[in-house]
Amino acid sequence: MFAEYSLPELGSIFVMQGFAGLILFSVFLLMALGLAIIFGQMGVINMAHGEFMILGAYVTYFTSQFFLNYIPALFSIYFFLAMGLAFLASGALGMFIEWAMIRHLYKRPLDTLLATWGLSLILQQLYRSFFGPREVGVELPEWMMGSIPVTDMVEVQINGLFVMGLTMAITIAVAFLMYKSRWGKQVRAVVQNRVMAGAVGINTEKVDRYTFALGCGIAGVAGSAFTMIGSTGPTSGQLYIVDTFLVVVFGGAASLLGTIASAFTISQAQSTMEFFLSGSMAKVLTLLGVVGILMLRPQGLFTLKVRR
Amino acid sequence: MKNTAFLNRSELIAVAILAVLILVVLPMSLDGFRLNLVGKYLTYAFVALGLVMCWGFGGILSLGQGIFFGLGGYCMAMFLKLEASSVENTKIQSTPGIPDFMDWNQITSLPWFWEPFKSLPATMLLVVGVPVLLAFILGFAMFTRRVGGTYFAIITQAIAAILTILIIGQQGYTGGINGITDLRTLNGWDIRTDDAKFILYFVSAGLLFACILIAYFVKHSKLGRILVAMRDKEDRVRFSGYNVSNFKIFVFCLAAAFAGIGGAMFTLQVGFMSPSFVGIVPSIEMVIYAAVGGRLSILGAIYGTLLVNWAKTAFSESFPELWLLGLGGLFIAVVLAFPNGLAGIYTSYAEPFIRKLMNKKPDILPGGNIPQGSPAE
Repeated sequence: MFAEYSLPELGSIFVMQGFAGLILFSVFLLMALGLAIIFGQMGVINMAHGEFMILGAYVTYFTSQFFLNYIPALFSIYFFLAMGLAFLASGALGMFIEWAMIRHLYKRPLDTLLATWGLSLILQQLYRSFFGPREVGVELPEWMMGSIPVTDMVEVQINGLFVMGLTMAITIAVAFLMYKSRWGKQVRAVVQNRVMAGAVGINTEKVDRYTFALGCGIAGVAGSAFTMIGSTGPTSGQLYIVDTFLVVVFGGAASLLGTIASAFTISQAQSTMEFFLSGSMAKVLTLLGVVGILMLRPQGLFTLKVRR
Repeated sequence: MKNTAFLNRSELIAVAILAVLILVVLPMSLDGFRLNLVGKYLTYAFVALGLVMCWGFGGILSLGQGIFFGLGGYCMAMFLKLEASSVENTKIQSTPGIPDFMDWNQITSLPWFWEPFKSLPATMLLVVGVPVLLAFILGFAMFTRRVGGTYFAIITQAIAAILTILIIGQQGYTGGINGITDLRTLNGWDIRTDDAKFILYFVSAGLLFACILIAYFVKHSKLGRILVAMRDKEDRVRFSGYNVSNFKIFVFCLAAAFAGIGGAMFTLQVGFMSPSFVGIVPSIEMVIYAAVGGRLSILGAIYGTLLVNWAKTAFSESFPELWLLGLGGLFIAVVLAFPNGLAGIYTSYAEPFIRKLMNKKPDILPGGNIPQGSPAE
């Protein structure tokens, strides 16, 4: 399949597909980060994760509309405000859901899966009723449009670069929060030994609630970033949920480094193969590969020893 | 009372009531169209029955039962399609004698994996064989490595996604997103007439009762008790010297076989098969049938399937927007408030009342309750 391309062409193809893969990597990683916190740290399967992401995307869309209609002068920086709002909206919803539903189900992980699936159906229908069934796209400020030519054949899009930078910043922030802050220490303590953590005075219920809210909030930011590169509809979240779960499981739950590594592997494999095969076959082969590896190594790429 | 009998008396009565309902009351009270709908629901009941076995008794939640339902259905559809695309029927094609969608996709000869579906006995074998084989491979790979609980659920879901993408992507070999349509005859017998649909309804119902009896047999055998023990305290069963993974593989294969039969009957009654019955959404919807009926109750699964589907049809006919909200609410309500479903409500409210009427002492339920204290992993 390589025969019909010359060597420099092949090089450019790999660079361009690699760049497309990096954008996909950013999307996967942003979605997976929230899920890795919720699933990896709390053991809760949140099937409604995609819907939290879409909430963030809708918040971004409405913020952009608001800026466009009322304060067009500040339109070029609306995105930063939108991102904050998306975080707060999804985080608040997450906190409410944890209080209303998830906290009753910590002992029954499979039931959480069903309940959150029900939640995702309800949220989808609510989005459809309130925001309409059509997909919406945000208008990008001028500085985010266009692309930078690197060589004759290789160009990189600015919005792609922006999403990548954002992903990097959020990942570093999450890593800092989890491994350097006092709060992160409490979260990890609860994961490792809930009873002991409670005994030394950590309010485990509060830690659970804020952990869940943080995961959902990051999903909201992911949705916000997602509007930069694609349009948003009521059911867009569902398209990514399986991939995201595979990313988290493949990386080894509870391991931030594993999540990054597996998001990178999966996205690069998929986008490189997409050029040579049809999109659907590339996806099938990638997913099959991941499932195959998971069967040989169920604990994922990176593992953390945890006392249950 | 010892549970060595095949069916105890109260179960026999319950099965008889269901049989009267499905075989006598519904056919007499519904018109042809509605009865065909109930026939379609009954094919889903096969899947729900399998889920009761593997999820309720075995503690293995599979989010991929749609895979097996779809495989069974596709096996049947491939046979019917080959019969419908005989050389006389397809002489306008550039290659007569192959299914129409292959001709549209410039495929000139029948692919090898379609060959076995030229014969009916082979097809009937494959309807059960293909799902069971896949279930065995999956089960063997996962359960011997002690992958269970949520991981297993996620991986089965991923496989459902893979199969859907594959079927849609390989349009020339599978019919793509439209599925396999325009099915006409089964060994020369026209399945599209009202009479045929009436007969197929009873065939489905008969097969369903056969599966119900198998399920009861497994439940009352030693195997069934080991399954329940394994669900509640897996390590203790393992330390007692049982090979836990073999039991899990068996029950997963059994559920797959039920689902495959259901899928084949679905194809026969509805007249087509498409990837929309394979993927993530139908698979997880089938779990809710079993959950509503009561994940520990064999007959509850049948009632749950009929009820949820009846509600779905009724709601989608009059208030299409409300259905998703209702279904979502149902998921949450069943999990939070009624983890044992309809059967749980029956055993805790209706049964004591009936017992009081009949002046009998309550005995302990053989299925037990869902363990509230320990995680399912």
